[in-house]
Amino acid sequence: MLRTLRRICSVGIATEPLAGSDEPLIIRDALQAQIRAILGRALCIRHVDAGSCNGCELEIHAVVNPVYNIEGEGIRFVASPRHADLLLVTGPVSRHMETALRRTYEAMANPKLVVAIGDCGCSGGIFGESYASLGRVSNVLPVDMAVPGCPPTPTRIMRGILAAIGR
Amino acid sequence: MGGVLPARRLGVTAEEWLACASDLAAAGARLLALWAAPVGSITAQAVVRAALAGSHGVLVAELAVQAEDPATGDAVYPGLGTIFPCAARMQRAAYDTCKVRATDPDRRPWLRHAAWPDGFWPLAPGRSDQLQPAPAAAIDDYPFVRVQGEGVHEIAVGPVHAGIIEPGHFRFSVVGEKVLRLEERLGYTHKGIERRFTELDLFAGQRLAARVSGDSTVAYSWAYCQAVECLAGCSVPPRAAWLRALMLEIERVANHLGDLGALGGDAGFAFGLSQFSRLKEQWLRAVGAVFGRRYLMDTIVPGGTAVDVATGAGRMLAQQAHTLAGEVRALRQIYDEHDGVRDRFAAAGCATPELAAQLGLTGLAGRASGQAFDARVDWPCAPFDALAPAIVTRIEGDVAARVALRFDELGESCRLIARIAADLPDGVCRAALAAPAESRFGLGIVEGWRGPVLVAIDAGPGERVLRCHPHDPSWQNWPVLEHAIIGNIVPDFPLINKSFNLSYSGHDL
Repeated sequence: MLRTLRRICSVGIATEPLAGSDEPLIIRDALQAQIRAILGRALCIRHVDAGSCNGCELEIHAVVNPVYNIEGEGIRFVASPRHADLLLVTGPVSRHMETALRRTYEAMANPKLVVAIGDCGCSGGIFGESYASLGRVSNVLPVDMAVPGCPPTPTRIMRGILAAIGR
Repeated sequence: MGGVLPARRLGVTAEEWLACASDLAAAGARLLALWAAPVGSITAQAVVRAALAGSHGVLVAELAVQAEDPATGDAVYPGLGTIFPCAARMQRAAYDTCKVRATDPDRRPWLRHAAWPDGFWPLAPGRSDQLQPAPAAAIDDYPFVRVQGEGVHEIAVGPVHAGIIEPGHFRFSVVGEKVLRLEERLGYTHKGIERRFTELDLFAGQRLAARVSGDSTVAYSWAYCQAVECLAGCSVPPRAAWLRALMLEIERVANHLGDLGALGGDAGFAFGLSQFSRLKEQWLRAVGAVFGRRYLMDTIVPGGTAVDVATGAGRMLAQQAHTLAGEVRALRQIYDEHDGVRDRFAAAGCATPELAAQLGLTGLAGRASGQAFDARVDWPCAPFDALAPAIVTRIEGDVAARVALRFDELGESCRLIARIAADLPDGVCRAALAAPAESRFGLGIVEGWRGPVLVAIDAGPGERVLRCHPHDPSWQNWPVLEHAIIGNIVPDFPLINKSFNLSYSGHDL
């Protein structure tokens, strides 16, 4: 226990000013204020992997790590689409995931936002459209914001979410 | 076949196919992969291949499938399910894609869901390229095995899970909280990777290979390039081989850091999650500073590597690995001393060495259940012959063993990274290579962080890819998870599942 506490104290707070070292731009307080002004509460996100290679998921995990700490901004990942304001979709949409993706979207209350993450979500990526893949997310759902990258950095993902809220 | 991987291909008859598998199994060989390829002769419509791994190398047994089932017109071959239980799903997938059927009893579709039209075989010869897709939202009724008895009920989970994870379906049969049976249904992320390979040039396929399973991008692109170099008869410059090994260990470190954090989190120890995800972020940033990207997509190309590492940058990475190893040791002590964490990890999701051997549990999870196999050690290709990585094994086979294995491997990978950075040979990092003039077969096997990744390529003249099969160790390990969960409680499933951390995308293709 002592060792744990000592570690917590020595590491301190790892959270950085938003947008980190690579592309400094957004100010944390402004984001928080914007979310509060628009929603009056936390923004809830439901993530659906519609057929990705799992690369984008790794960077979405990073936005909740202590360094980017998106939850500190009042943005939360939730387990049910019923609780979600924003749907974060990765991957080309596989035909096998089409129904699950549509049903997740339909289960969300209005108004709702959709953000497509990664080159595959934006364009179908290297997988394209085929017997098994429907390609870009906008082929299946109305997309408010698309974040390219393979995978996009956590900063770009956060910025994409912010841009969608601002619409 | 040549190359540095000790592998041989052998054409067999149907009788030899079975005899070969059972004799080798009796001698302790494992099934690395089984797949079909529509590249048969005039008389056969396809070949089925089984890659069998023994202590001295890999034998690819190849059977031209001729027998036709008069009722269905399917090509039929003897199934290997009774010899290697892990063959069952691979055989079902081979039927779904290539229309060649094993004689084994389970004929349920595996990768095929209702979204492909009947009579459509993505990899079969004479496949229809003008596909009329099935009506949207087609849902099939998969015949799960039902468990009956007083108080038994089912819990259906997925394909969309309650977290930031890949999709798949789990059907639990439970009494109270106790799991009597788990049946997996996968294939949701099937996006036509194997067919897509045949539409790309031989020297462009590594971009697709790098995206078979994003967390193993180095392992897949290396295995793909190894297969290409094998069939093109090219050897890579020493510097490129060392750089590839550096990237492979970087990938192992990143994934183990992420898993150790997530396992702490799933055991209710949020401290572990935040500490390890901070370390992972620092690690990814160091990688980004050296390679210009946090994840190493497209850094490995046929003939070598697309990026080089400056001496100073290599030294920085070695220093970072050294510091990281120290921090991980400190956190390990905290995990080991925490009663709550120990209690959740110990004896949970146990796969005994006997079960692991029987079902062919492989890679990291296999080593945690006494299966002492590691391609880096068993068939050391350059530079692992010089690096001599230490193989780590445990025999407990529970979550605690898989956690301990990750801690041990992290330390070893940090050591290897420092060693590689210090001894990186001089010279170029890419060699020219020419496509073969005639049809050739090439094989690549790389021990990724999850286990052995295999890529097999049939190349035709003019840089054409006739067939490319990428094989993830998750094929072997998913069925073992079904056994490891038996008798555990449902709330422990996320922890047990995470301790295996298997790939959906790499499996669904």
